[in-house]
Amino acid sequence: MNKRDFIHQLWRYKRGSISRRQFLGATGLGLASTVLATTMPELAGPRRAFAGELGDKVALTSWPSYHDENNFKAFTEQTGVNIELAVFGSNEEMMAKLQAGGTGWDVFVPTNYTIPDYVSQDLLEPLDTSLIPNFDASAYETRFTDAGTVDGKLYAISKDWGTTGYVINGGKITDPMATWKDFWDLSMTKYTGRSMVHDYQLTTIGNALKYYGYSFNSIDPKELADAEKLLLAAKPHLFGINSDYKPSLLSGDAWASVAWTGDALQLRRDMPDIRYILGQEGGEIWSDFYAVVKGAPHRAAGYALINFLTDPAVNAKEVLFHGYPTADSRTNALLPKELLEDPIMYPAAELLAPLEFGAAGLITNEARAEIMARFKSA
Amino acid sequence: MRNATGPSPLLTAVLLAPGALWFLGLLVLPLGVVIVFSFGERAAVGGYQAAFVLDNYLNLPARWTAFKNTLVLAPIGTVVCLIAAYPLAYFLAVKARPETRTALLILVIVPFWTSFLIRTYAWMFILGGRGLPSLIEWAGLGEVRFINTPFAVLLGIVYAYLPLMIFPIYVSLEKLDKRLLEASEDLGASPWRGFMQVTLPLSAPGAVTACMLVFILLMGEYLIPQLLGGGKVFFIGNALVDLFLQSRNWPFGSAVAVSLVVIMLATVSVYMRFAGRIGGARDVSLV
Repeated sequence: MNKRDFIHQLWRYKRGSISRRQFLGATGLGLASTVLATTMPELAGPRRAFAGELGDKVALTSWPSYHDENNFKAFTEQTGVNIELAVFGSNEEMMAKLQAGGTGWDVFVPTNYTIPDYVSQDLLEPLDTSLIPNFDASAYETRFTDAGTVDGKLYAISKDWGTTGYVINGGKITDPMATWKDFWDLSMTKYTGRSMVHDYQLTTIGNALKYYGYSFNSIDPKELADAEKLLLAAKPHLFGINSDYKPSLLSGDAWASVAWTGDALQLRRDMPDIRYILGQEGGEIWSDFYAVVKGAPHRAAGYALINFLTDPAVNAKEVLFHGYPTADSRTNALLPKELLEDPIMYPAAELLAPLEFGAAGLITNEARAEIMARFKSA
Repeated sequence: MRNATGPSPLLTAVLLAPGALWFLGLLVLPLGVVIVFSFGERAAVGGYQAAFVLDNYLNLPARWTAFKNTLVLAPIGTVVCLIAAYPLAYFLAVKARPETRTALLILVIVPFWTSFLIRTYAWMFILGGRGLPSLIEWAGLGEVRFINTPFAVLLGIVYAYLPLMIFPIYVSLEKLDKRLLEASEDLGASPWRGFMQVTLPLSAPGAVTACMLVFILLMGEYLIPQLLGGGKVFFIGNALVDLFLQSRNWPFGSAVAVSLVVIMLATVSVYMRFAGRIGGARDVSLV
């Protein structure tokens, strides 16, 4: 079976056209895993015997459409630990909960630029890598993993990375769009009432700043004032302000939205017409991480979960589901070539070059927070 | 049998203690904290930092639109609810046959058996592009948009709060002494006049209570504008959530919360004075 057939079968399985049993049969994976499990039992991961130490649950806080449920099921089968998943739409909201305390979270998924702030507020536990044997730092592309280390200590392990661009429904919008200026200008004129932006200050303000060619990370008062002016002018023309924009695009209510890599890829499965555009002016490149909350009530289970998700075979399934590229070369070796060449996941070098990683301190910046709040309540 | 002097002061204190502690611990103290916070400053990383400044109150106009949306849509929602609920409550209490009445009352309660969140999500699909608008377009009545408009929020409000409006009105209509209507008929009043001069005034206390219940809850509404307004129709409840969960500006959030409480107290006391005049004090007895 070649890779194309494999992917074809995999998507049929994902879409529910064939059952798990048929999928395993058609691809030969069922036989392969049975053979592996009997000949090399250690591959099947920690035994149930560990269940006593790990407890019966772990609280994971993450983002929408970001994990393959089948991986979670497999984790529960192997360890007896149930995953309680909570989903958030912004880093601010995660930080607000952690600052208030008493979250009961064990593992969560922060974005690169927030980690120094979490560390300085003493909210993260320095990771004990002996509990994450699947993690191999040398396998990762360092520019996506650097942010996980603060003052020489490892606090977070790379989950995946991506870009923030915008999607447009190619069936409705045929204009050549290539820049953030195009996005905002057309949102306020020809396509009024059809565009969405994130309910998330980093990307919404950042991409408004790009309209003027300013840095995505600017905290300059004059530049922020310009961005606010644009946001307030655009507000009456927007369809909505929501980080969960896929349903509105799928229903045809919205035709364009600020979007992340994986959401664009997920949308394309149902809407082949969707186009993902990275503004030529630049914008955001980011990486997400797994981190353990200080004082996590199910610490051992939390480490077990991170270890499980860091397993390249598991991570490959995650990537096939969520559509975000990973920085782990071992995982990439397991992924089909089509995916590794996908222009949404791996944009052209000239589009990637001007992108910026979010800057430390932005998450706690009062001016940006207040601009976002004023924009929303305008 | 109790003695002539009533229960001992000690017993009274013991019986009152749980309720008093409850209010003190869960209402008065938190409100005190909110008031103290409202004069503070936002800490550099977010949260609260002790201070005594008025900046948070001076900054209130920055949330003017949210206040305005709430103060416009909450009363409209209450009035639309009242107009929709009264005939229904009247039918249930007066016209429905006793044997079907219980079944009909249960139907009013049935929606509560499903989570409010899920029901509001259902409205998102009904009002979204593939729902009602596509039907209307198919029928050739033109292109319409419901979701993320004030209309969608109003519809969600009326849908959600209708049962809360129906029940108090139903109870006051159900208690109504039918002999009063017979008397008005004997004295030559038409059914319409009987309704206007007997039924309506006597059910007014129920309607007044129902309106207040719905209005107070609506002033703090968050979920409906969030889901059906899509960030475009913003209530003060949404502004509060943003201030605590996104900007993490607790002092300003506290100032907005205090202002909301003040506005609500003022509105409700004006309303009570006004409502007391039209119906509250009326007490009719046949004997």
